[in-house]
Amino acid sequence: MEFRYLPMTSGDKQEMMDEIGIESTEELFADIPSHVRLKKEMKLKAPKSEYALTKELTALANKNTSTKDVVSFLGAGVYDHYIPSVVDHVISKSEFYTAYTPYQPEVSQGELQAIFEFQTMVSELTGLPVANSSMYDGGTALAEAVNLSAAQTKRKKVLVSEAVHPEYKQVIHTYAKGQSIEIVPIKLKDGKTDLTNLKELLNEDIAGVVIQYPNFFGQIEPMESIQELLDNQRKTMLIVSSNPLALGYLTPPGDFGADIVTGDTQVFGIPAQFGGPHCGYFATTEKLMRKVPGRLVGQTKDENGARGYVLTLQAREQHIRRDKATSNICSNQALNALASAVAMSSIGKHGIRKMAALNMQKARYAKKKLMEHGIPIVHDGPFFNEFVIQLDKDISEVNAELLEKGFLGGFDLGRVDNAFQGQMLVAVTEIRTKQEIDQLAKELGDIHV
Amino acid sequence: MSDKNFPLLFERSKEGRTSYSLPELDTESFDLESELDEVYIRKEAPKLPEVSELDIIRHYTGLASRNYGVDSGFYPLGSCTMKYNPKINEDIARLEGFSHIHPYQDPSTVQGALEMLYDLQESLKEITGMHEVSLQSAAGAQGEWTALMMIRAFHEANGDHHRNQVIVPDSAHGTNPASAAVAGFEAVTVKSNEEGLVDLDDLRRVVGENTAALMLTNPNTLGLFEKEILEMAAIVHEAGGKLYYDGANLNAIMGYVRPGDMGFDAVHLNLHKTFTGPHGGGGPGSGPVGVSEELAVYLPKPVIIKKDDYYTFDNDRPKSIGRIKPFYGNFGINLRAYTYIRTMGAQGLKKVSEYAVLNANYMMRKLEKAFQLPYPQHCKHEFVLSGSIQKRLGVRTLDMAKRLLDFDFHPPTIYFPLNVEEGMMIEPTETESKETLDSFIDTMLHIAKEAEENPEIVQEAPHNTIVKRMDEATAARKPILRYRE
Repeated sequence: MEFRYLPMTSGDKQEMMDEIGIESTEELFADIPSHVRLKKEMKLKAPKSEYALTKELTALANKNTSTKDVVSFLGAGVYDHYIPSVVDHVISKSEFYTAYTPYQPEVSQGELQAIFEFQTMVSELTGLPVANSSMYDGGTALAEAVNLSAAQTKRKKVLVSEAVHPEYKQVIHTYAKGQSIEIVPIKLKDGKTDLTNLKELLNEDIAGVVIQYPNFFGQIEPMESIQELLDNQRKTMLIVSSNPLALGYLTPPGDFGADIVTGDTQVFGIPAQFGGPHCGYFATTEKLMRKVPGRLVGQTKDENGARGYVLTLQAREQHIRRDKATSNICSNQALNALASAVAMSSIGKHGIRKMAALNMQKARYAKKKLMEHGIPIVHDGPFFNEFVIQLDKDISEVNAELLEKGFLGGFDLGRVDNAFQGQMLVAVTEIRTKQEIDQLAKELGDIHV
Repeated sequence: MSDKNFPLLFERSKEGRTSYSLPELDTESFDLESELDEVYIRKEAPKLPEVSELDIIRHYTGLASRNYGVDSGFYPLGSCTMKYNPKINEDIARLEGFSHIHPYQDPSTVQGALEMLYDLQESLKEITGMHEVSLQSAAGAQGEWTALMMIRAFHEANGDHHRNQVIVPDSAHGTNPASAAVAGFEAVTVKSNEEGLVDLDDLRRVVGENTAALMLTNPNTLGLFEKEILEMAAIVHEAGGKLYYDGANLNAIMGYVRPGDMGFDAVHLNLHKTFTGPHGGGGPGSGPVGVSEELAVYLPKPVIIKKDDYYTFDNDRPKSIGRIKPFYGNFGINLRAYTYIRTMGAQGLKKVSEYAVLNANYMMRKLEKAFQLPYPQHCKHEFVLSGSIQKRLGVRTLDMAKRLLDFDFHPPTIYFPLNVEEGMMIEPTETESKETLDSFIDTMLHIAKEAEENPEIVQEAPHNTIVKRMDEATAARKPILRYRE
């Protein structure tokens, strides 16, 4: 069998073994205790040629129902948005995707500058002065923010709104256990954080308060009132998880006094790809700059005074600080941060407001059409591009019926909690058309009766 | 690579220029401003660039030319396994049936994706010799933490709440002690001996009733196989601790020996290293975790299972440590790794390790003629040289690394591991030709000669790069982390 990634000829191999002074490469493995050595070949599928493997994996891909083949109203943290063509052309440049972390700035200025620009864009959107180079995803970024609030305030209790994405909450719980942080839920009221309950729970033991804005149900949280409640609490941090696209239209969390804003830039240029890789972002205040997890790119000058960029404030990081590091994160999502930077540049300063507004417009139209077809809307507060409907049927059955008509229905909230049985979270992005929305409303109206 | 002060995209920006092409508003329009309280409407637009599509392409083409990847040239960055990134992987990852599927679709509509993930789990079980594998972790460090959380859950289930220490060799990656700390453990260091291996006497000294686990990279970061692994396993297991395998260096041993057979209870792999998911300039990666039967009940949720030829998620895992990441891991990277494994098969993967090790030993024997080699035995897939001879001539390892840039090579990992003075950690990988290795060796020998005859040229390097050495001290003292007009 020939292997196209292995260039050594038998002649090369012999010359190299002669240089080393061995007769067989087996000698190089002689220090492995013989009785644990693998005596047989590993049981893996036989290798395939490029053509045959492409054919097989294409067939496997075709077994999946792609959102390119159906009309999707499914969101719940992962969205079907317009991806500018330039994005894939840029991230396919192999100087970017085959590079490692830019530890040698002289030959990594491209990556470093692209990330510096990404940091700037995240800072602009969130309204906070400092943003890092990326995190794994919105969920782990939020969990790291919770850990940071506890470390910074030296408190061990964090309040998390029940309107935060359910899987983000689960990730927070797992991370918090490692640091022995107690997580206390803040109740829901009308699909939003219950302010009365938040007020009751706030005290001087609370390290941070976690809010999602817009929240998991699409509702725009009353950030102004939340800020007022927190203004009375010294030290307690306001941690906000935000869909960054929404921040093209909505007031940024930084303006409401958020100490940390996290989220996922999947909405900018990153396909759903079954949930990952996406791209977490992490923004914060100047005060917390030296506590940020992950990599930061900073601007500086070279010996000749030319402007350039380097990884900076590395004393926070695991490779320097080891067990005293602010986080264990090493690899991040650099290439996806690049994709999002390209998408944000393409959409631009005015486009982003238009794109966010377009989502809001089409979502409002969908809500109106569904109401016209007799479908109850669960919450009546202001929302971004998602809202909840109530049906008299099991949502998984509804979605099976919709799929037959060519629709990917919304998220089944009954999966989260029995109290939400029959509720569907409908996402409407800018790429949905009037015709598609009209059709969905009609189909759901027929199913609901 | 011509323009020294390469403009930022923000500096190319001009009011009124656009690159977007948004769908139309074909529905009726709603008055958003009257619906929302004005306090929630953004007053000032975020200052994203205003550029044309060609501006974007020229900008990023320019940036790409100011960046060095594996496709640009040899990248012997120790411990990072900078091997060739196959192009078929990129094509497969972009198939719409894989790239445009939503994680909350009904499992019946994503059977192809789940079949791939299940088969990848099975393949990694076979490669590592572990009982079960989870593909959830986003990267190596998250894999480490995930496995440590499982080990913690195991000890707690046994009532061993006092087991709060994780032992880490002094040569370990920084992520090991950092992950231990994030999982709530205290990191305890075990020393290396003169051979560069874990000192068994010191290990006996530090293990005890508080030991939760020993984290070990094997071969270790010096590229040396911990040949007393079975004794180490016995010492840790007898003390009631678990043995954790950091798979950063798996590229050295595939098909030769498996962590599971060496007595490891938990492993993580770096699919972006050994299994060619590209490094992407720092990510995304994927860090699957494999565990013994005893630890399997603690795996993060959900686990992908196969029932009567139907693939689905198992969330009914009451002892699970819980969810560590939204959705189902970095699917796109897992898919690339799967494509690679299917290209190579068992025989191919064993050859990968054979050549990775052969290449490293060949380079080591050639380079020890001019550089100090602190550990002279055969190495595995990487080796560490010391720049101590050159340091006495006034030339530091950092200088030699920068000098390599002048010859269009990426430098090795430097000043790591911490137990080698002026260390240079070189990992050639199996995908490089002998001609490339020889060219790098000749360059290194040339630089060693320069250090003797003309040290300034090394000390002042690089000479040919787009920027010179950067002022990192000022960058950290007065951080500028974003562009401002």
